[in-house]
Parts: sequence; structure tokens; C-alpha cells
Amino acid sequence: MENMVNIYLFGKQYRVPGDLTIMRAMEYAGYQLVRGCGCRNGFCGACATIYRIKGDRELKTCLACQTKVEDNMYIATLPFFPLVKEVYDIEKVKPTEQIMMQLYPEIYACVGCNACTKSCTQDLNVMQYIAYAQRGEFEKCAEESFDCVMCGVCSSRCPAGISHPQVAMLARRLNGKYLAPKTEHLENRVQEIKDGTFTELIEALMGKPVEELKELYNNREIEK
Amino acid sequence: MYEKQFQESLKAVEAAREANIAYEPARMTAQEKEDLLAAYHPDYKKSEFTTLKIGPNKGEQVPHELCEMLQAHSRISAADVDLSDIRYDVDVLIIGGGGAGASAAIEADNAGAKAMIVTKLRMGDANTMMAEGGIQAADKPNDSPAIHFVDAFGGGHYAAKRELLAKLVCDAPEAIQWLNNLGVEFDKAPDGEMITTHGGGTSRKRMHAAKDYSGAEIMRTLRDEVLNRGIPVVDFTSAIELILDENGNAAGAVLMNMETGELMVARAKTVIIATGGAGRMHYQGFPTSNHYGATADGLVLGYRAGAKLLYADTLQYHPTGAAFPQQIFGALVTEKVRSLGAKLINREGKVFMHPLETRDVAAASIIRECSDRQEGVDTGSGQAVWLDTPMIEAIGGEGTIEARIPAMMRMFAKYGIDIRKEPILVYPTLHYQNGGLDIDVSGMTTNVENLFVAGEAVGGIHGRNRLMGNSLLDIIVFGRNAGTNAAAKAREVSVGKLTLDHITKFDAEREAAGVETDAVSPKLLPDYRRK
Repeated sequence: MENMVNIYLFGKQYRVPGDLTIMRAMEYAGYQLVRGCGCRNGFCGACATIYRIKGDRELKTCLACQTKVEDNMYIATLPFFPLVKEVYDIEKVKPTEQIMMQLYPEIYACVGCNACTKSCTQDLNVMQYIAYAQRGEFEKCAEESFDCVMCGVCSSRCPAGISHPQVAMLARRLNGKYLAPKTEHLENRVQEIKDGTFTELIEALMGKPVEELKELYNNREIEK
Repeated sequence: MYEKQFQESLKAVEAAREANIAYEPARMTAQEKEDLLAAYHPDYKKSEFTTLKIGPNKGEQVPHELCEMLQAHSRISAADVDLSDIRYDVDVLIIGGGGAGASAAIEADNAGAKAMIVTKLRMGDANTMMAEGGIQAADKPNDSPAIHFVDAFGGGHYAAKRELLAKLVCDAPEAIQWLNNLGVEFDKAPDGEMITTHGGGTSRKRMHAAKDYSGAEIMRTLRDEVLNRGIPVVDFTSAIELILDENGNAAGAVLMNMETGELMVARAKTVIIATGGAGRMHYQGFPTSNHYGATADGLVLGYRAGAKLLYADTLQYHPTGAAFPQQIFGALVTEKVRSLGAKLINREGKVFMHPLETRDVAAASIIRECSDRQEGVDTGSGQAVWLDTPMIEAIGGEGTIEARIPAMMRMFAKYGIDIRKEPILVYPTLHYQNGGLDIDVSGMTTNVENLFVAGEAVGGIHGRNRLMGNSLLDIIVFGRNAGTNAAAKAREVSVGKLTLDHITKFDAEREAAGVETDAVSPKLLPDYRRK
């Protein structure tokens, strides 16, 4: 086979086609995955992986489903990382700095090493969003962290023991619920439905013969 | 950067781009759509289906791969399990940790029931997490639940169960409000107005989104809420068989630890199947946009226990799966790419269809372009058509792609393709199970008492084709509905003696029908090891 490469899964050598992702290479090698495999599309964060290319001093991190193998790649998957997830009542918390001090005080012990940002599998500016969280700037924290897949690699590299993905999760929920502008047309519509504004219309549709509904569908006006 | 083999076609696409942006292709007539589907849609390919010989849907056609699982042996026999050794005893047992299961758990908890989630991978490993484009709700002044109903009913070929669809559209705005109140972020204008777009087959712009991480944003928030409430989640544990009581009512499940193989009994007053879809069955050899565990488990569990399926012969092939590069073959390219203005283009640089036809029509149209019309682009591992993403920047302004579809930009950038400047290659991918277990409007199956179903495992809400943005909606509306009703039902249920008699009954039926098989089900996970 053309373009075969050597990889080392947990130290053991395998020869696999060079165009496979790390995840597919593990399966090619014979692994039936249970852990460390979720959406296989870069959204779920199940397949956090640490690797080093032989001879290279730098330790790299990635999602196994989104990264091609390379020759002489030493691979260790990180299917679980013990993040701290504090529980809270979303109805009772307030979007102020105090909530972070109370739930995730370790963020104030950040030493500014930037290892989290360097390791992020989504190329997010993790240290920056933690800085926003420290200052209670939840809207900025939410935006900066939005593409986080919660793989936990940042936390595995953090000397201060911060659970970055959980801090960001809290910030996004605070932003979504309390800080983002309210949607008037949504509130109005929910009320209209409760008031029965559309009941008659819907009931009429429920009772119509299919032919009439076809007419309605095929001739409906489509918003530009 | 595309290699040399693509350059000629790529140049044609670029040369025609300006004219293609201005060009407004006609939508197909009802007759054109019907003919196209009959000739090119995979659901119409008779050789790919088998008639069920046993079970509640005996005599009906389903895909070969599903037939094998539905008629297969149980992974256990009754003798393997001591039903008096009860590990978990709850009011509401929820099988599946995706969007529907999480919504059900939260509402069951609200209703005061003791709920538990069991999931074969992690909480949130689900198609919900991967839904990119958005969620529909008729909440704008120019829209109404009635218009939403007509769009979805027509798009589903007039086959939806009307009472289910009516519930879907009428509960939609409240579902959005519920999510927003839990802290789910939505794309909003500074005044709070929802930024909404079209999906294929919608007549109003009612697609709400959180960039192109809509499902992920919903799923991670629901998961966080489940954890905040302390609802027990038993992960890496699959349900491999339902348990009935002596009256034939659902009363729990046999669970299996996915890592150690240990079997355990969960007893419950009501059971909710929220196991999701079936993309990893790879019907007709299609690649899939689905997550690793999408293997139709719930359909198998329900069917063996006597629950009826509806429309199990209809699948959704998402028109735009990634066709290149090979590493992301079959991955979802969200319909939102077309909502934002990108058109489908053939090898010659021609727009060959309106970009926002319904998914089944769009998929069939792409298959026609790549087969009989021979207008596809050869990717080296099959045919594909272009989706001209740079149009989005031209229409919406520079920066639109990064702001609205960052996940798509990232997915292709990893392989050196800048979708702001270069189009992408797409081909249909197995995306959604239109059919599933038959339920009434309370969410309970029509013929097994105390067995509820929610999410993609349900059949009938969407008919024979689903519109974009109606599945994120369905998991919330019917997930919550099932949670509330299963909790209410649990209050009046007293569970009888537990049995697994239905396994032997099913075995006897199989034997009597002369079906010979070594297969066991549910499948639980696909096997991608090199053979």
C-alpha cells in the first residue's frame, strides 16, 4: 500500500495508511472504540488526544477525529479528564463577578502561562476567556469560548487546576439567560398561543382533506 | 487548495460566480419533484428493502440492515438475568442521553418524579450535539404555527400524523423560550430580535440558530442542567432489552456496562426510549453525518417488546455531506450554508437547482446530476457537486462565514480549504431516520403501555421527509412532553412481576416464520476495524 506511516498507539507501533485520521488509524490497527469516540465530526470533544512526533520536543494536542496521522507519531488519547463541575441553580444565580469567586475561585490563581490557549484543540484564546470570566465580563467570555467542545485538554495542561470548559459553560448560560437582549416577538407569540389565537386555524388544517392541503402547500407564498 | 484534477471545473465555477449569484433558479413543480424522487431518491430503490416476516409490522418493507436487526436474537436469554436483583429502581427510566432524553429528564424532575438517564456512551454523545443549522419556530409577526404546519406537512409528503405535527408547531415558540431561559444562546440582533433564515422548504424565515453550533449549544446547556439537578446519569451503559411486567406493560430494562459487560436490572414505572437515529447502520452503503452510537437501538428494543413502527422505510439523506477530502467524507455540511446564499453548482459551473428545495428533493437532484446527467466532479472516491461558499461572503459581506458558520470554516481549514475563497464538494449523506416507533400525542407508544418514546426514535411527526430545523425542535417539544407525561403516568402505575417472556415469544415467532439468522441486536456500535 502506498504512503504507509509508523505510529505508536500508547507506545506500541502500528503501520497504517498515511491519509487516515488518528481515530480511523486506531480502528485500522484493530481497536473497537468505546471510549474516546463520539460524534466523529469535531463537535463533541470525546476524542481529546496528546501526541509527540519522534525527535520533537513539543507536545501537541488535537481531536483524534479531526487530525491526520503523521510518520513517527506517538499517540495517547485522553478520553476522560476529571474537570470540576460545580452545581448551581440557574434561576438563583446572578451574572456578577461574585458567582465565579464562589464557584470557581481557582480561576483567580491563573499564572498566565497560556498553556491552555496553546493546547486548545479548537484554537480558542482560552486564557483570554478566563480573564473575561475573572472580571465578570460574561458576554465577552461567552463569545470568546463559544466554539468550545469541552474536550478538557486545556485543563489537563493547567498548573492552576482550572476547569476552563466548565467556567465557560457557566458564563454562556449567564449570558444567554440574563445578559443577552430579551426577544419581544418571542414573548408575544408564546402569549398569543396561550390565548388560543391560532387554535381555530390549526383545527381547520387538521380537518382539511389532503387535496386541499396540497393546494395550500403548492401555492403558498414564500418570503424572499 | 485543490489539486490539479479539480482546477478546470473550479475555474468554471469561479468564472460563473457573479452571474450565478444574480441568477434565481426556479423551484420545481409538485410533479417534477415527484418524478425526480421516484427515479433518484434512495428510499425508492426497491432492491434495498426487505419485507418483515415477524413482529408488529409483519408484511411491511424496511431497509435490509434494519430488517436484520429487528428480526435478530436478543443479546441475552431470560436465564442470564436475575430479575429479582434490582440495581436501579426509579419512576422514569430514560434510555438515551441526547437532547430528547435530557429534556425528558428535566421535565420529569420538574414533575417530582425520580428519573434516571442511562446512555451507552457519554451524556451528550448524540446527534443533537452535531445539529448545526438551527431550530424552527414560528415566532415572528409574518409567521404563524399554521404556516409552519403547512410547510412541514407538505415537505413531509402529507404523511405526518397531524396531531403530532400540530403539537410540534404550536409548542415551538415556547420550546425556544424554555431553552433561552435555561441560558441557551441564540443569534440575536441588538434589540433582541432573533436572527432567522430559511431552510429548505420553509416559506418563512424561522430558523433560529447559535452560529453553526446550534445543537451543541443546546446539548451542552441541557447536559449542564441535568447535572445541576443531580439527576442520575449512568453512562457507558446500554439498554439491551426492555423488561415488561406480567401485564405486558413496560417496566424497566436490562442494562449492560459497555466496558465490563456486566448485566444489571433497572425497574421503572415508565420507560422513555430516547435512543436517537440510525446513521451508523449505513443503509445502502451511504456514509453518515451521525454520531458513533446511532444504530437504531430503540427501534429494536421497542419492536421486540411489541411496539409498532411507523414509516421505518423512510430515511433522510442530507443533500450536502462533505465529499472531499476523504478524511471528512460524509460529515455534515449544514443546510445553513445554502440558507446564507451558497448555491449548488455542477462540473460545468451551472446552477442546476434552487438551493432551498426540501432535503429529499435536493439529495435526489444531486444524485441525478452525478449519475444520469454525468455533470458531477470526480473526487477520486466518487462523484460530487460544488457548493459555492464564496457566494456567502459576496452576498453577506466579508466576515459573514466566520461569524455565522465558524464550524464549517474550521472543518475545511484543517485540510487546507478556505471556504471563504474556495467552494466545497458535496454529496448526499445518511442523516436522519424519518420513521420510528409509533406514538400518540402523549408520547406513549400506541400498543405498549407505559412505554414512551421521544426524539429521532419516534416515527410520524415529520411524515416521510423532515424539514431542516424541525428535529432540534422535535427533541425539545416531544422530549419535554414525554418527560411530563411519563412522570404523571408513573404516579398511577404499580409495577407487576417483572418478566422477559417476550424474548422467548419473539424467538418462537421467528422460528415459526422460518427466519434463520445468527444476528443479535441491538447493534450498539458499528465495527470499523480492518477486516
